[in-house]
Amino acid sequence: MIFIILNRFFQAVLVLLFVALISFLIFRFVGNPVESLMGQEATLAQRAALEEALGLNNPIYIQYFDFLWKAVRFDFGNSYRGALPVAELIASRLPATLELALTSAVFAVIFGVFMGIYTAINRGSVITNFILSSSLIGVSLPTFLIGVLLIWLFSVELNWLPSFGRGEVVDLGWWTTGFLSESGLKSLVLPAITLGLYQMTLIMRLTRSEMLEVLRQDYIRLARALGLTSKAVYFFHALPNILIPVITIGGLQLGSVIAFAIITETVFQWPGVGLLFINAVYFVDIPVMSAYLLLVGFAFVLINLIVDLSYFFIDPRLRDSELKDKA
Amino acid sequence: MERFFRSDFFYHFCHAPVAIVSFITIILIILSAIFANLIAPTNPFDPSSLNLMNGFTPPLETNEFTGESFLLGTDDQGRDLFSTILYGLRISLFVGLMAVFLAMVMGVLLGLIAGFLGGWIDSIIMRFADIQMTFPSILVAMLIYGVARGILPPEVRYEMSIVVLIISIGLSEWVPFARTVRGSTLVEKEKEYVTAAKMIGLNRQQIMVRHILPNVLSPVLVIATITFALAIIAEATLSFLGVGVPTTKPSLGTLIRIGQDFLFSGEWWILLFPAITLLALALSINLFGDWLRDTLNPKLK
Repeated sequence: MIFIILNRFFQAVLVLLFVALISFLIFRFVGNPVESLMGQEATLAQRAALEEALGLNNPIYIQYFDFLWKAVRFDFGNSYRGALPVAELIASRLPATLELALTSAVFAVIFGVFMGIYTAINRGSVITNFILSSSLIGVSLPTFLIGVLLIWLFSVELNWLPSFGRGEVVDLGWWTTGFLSESGLKSLVLPAITLGLYQMTLIMRLTRSEMLEVLRQDYIRLARALGLTSKAVYFFHALPNILIPVITIGGLQLGSVIAFAIITETVFQWPGVGLLFINAVYFVDIPVMSAYLLLVGFAFVLINLIVDLSYFFIDPRLRDSELKDKA
Repeated sequence: MERFFRSDFFYHFCHAPVAIVSFITIILIILSAIFANLIAPTNPFDPSSLNLMNGFTPPLETNEFTGESFLLGTDDQGRDLFSTILYGLRISLFVGLMAVFLAMVMGVLLGLIAGFLGGWIDSIIMRFADIQMTFPSILVAMLIYGVARGILPPEVRYEMSIVVLIISIGLSEWVPFARTVRGSTLVEKEKEYVTAAKMIGLNRQQIMVRHILPNVLSPVLVIATITFALAIIAEATLSFLGVGVPTTKPSLGTLIRIGQDFLFSGEWWILLFPAITLLALALSINLFGDWLRDTLNPKLK
């Protein structure tokens, strides 16, 4: 088992190095570090001196290692716009994105699992059919359209919830949170639903199909024959056995949550990392794009690694079969 | 043609109402995009025909200044929304189609090469595909778009934006094609007709292109249909985010973005009609693609 964990870890590092390579190539060859640091009136000699100082004349692999070493210390250079350090920019935007992603993930998992179980238990009821058919439309609706339609209904027509921004945020020094103020919580509702809806649909469909499969098994019939209540059967005997695929898909979906956060943040003008990235794409701010790619790549690799490893802790059968293979 | 009408495929099609309805919707939308210049009352891409006084005319109401009326109303610049949607559909469909074509050619070729040659070429191609698959395709498309903008000199960025958009969406969707084709190629290359072709002394390119390629193409059609819907949504998303097509030639996504800007002042029609068009298009391609998959390749499910 320790061998498998090490193997997975090694693979994750390789993928990360590859993502870093692409990020480095973008930083070094698409952007022009000298242009970004110097004005147009700089002389050729000044440029040459700066190229030397930045190590741009070194062999390319040395430059790559330099880039990696700087990345480990969160040094991504300065943004082309505003000339702030990229790391500082990202750090100031990160709490907004993480709070949004977390809220929408919690929303997606709770509602997805609950509705999945409900639709599996009450097959063919009116509510079940309604949930299932509206989920089909929900999957076909692009994320940005869901956001715009929610704004139309809840902000423009009903005027219940704000349509943009984070509301009032409380500054904790190293973290700004919208959880502690009423306007902050209100502002969170629509973006979190927009971001979580697609994931919720996926989790719901998965929970439903797994639940239908599990309820057919003999041990469920046995539990019923023993006279256990329906609630005990569903939640203590059936639910634990559907957790593995739900955690896998749910975990892997966290990656898409980050990507779709770009869209959601643009629709709601949410001041997070995604909005920073889309502005960087728009204004060709290469250092920000390169750092964002590295950050997202790191997040994805980490998520995949955790999901992979969590199987071993959730499912004792997996641990056993691995041991058998070794024996 | 007569053979087609008597085939199993046509029989299944006639007995699936969902497939018929979605197919007719797709055909209607495509035809109205192709013949946009005949159907549309105005040409929204021709600035000289626009009258700013017509701006914000609600659907079917008469404009108080010019006395003109429009089926679906007008946007902020006085463009007739019905015509703009038809011309916007042209762009959305064109970008989607070209992107799928690019993804298909690239995916099929790489999948064929990886499956047939095997070895380190196979490892490199498929590992790269694995890594790309961990990133959602919309993110990959945005990244390629940003890099392309960085490489292109600022003067041509504007006019090249549609080409850049096609390339970014195309490159972000090739992996499913490559995986499927590689899988079928691995099966096909063990068959006897390939051995026979080798024995009569054909070279590798000939075997790959003339013998194996025709036999691995059937699932590609299904993937292409589903990818087409994804590409149209990707184009709409990128244009909505403002990194897609220029606003002088709006696609459906651009129109929805313009519509969102005017929601608060009560001009709901600028948002609603493009949104309905996009939803109808995406939903019917998805439903038709699902039916196609179930009918042609139940295995792919």
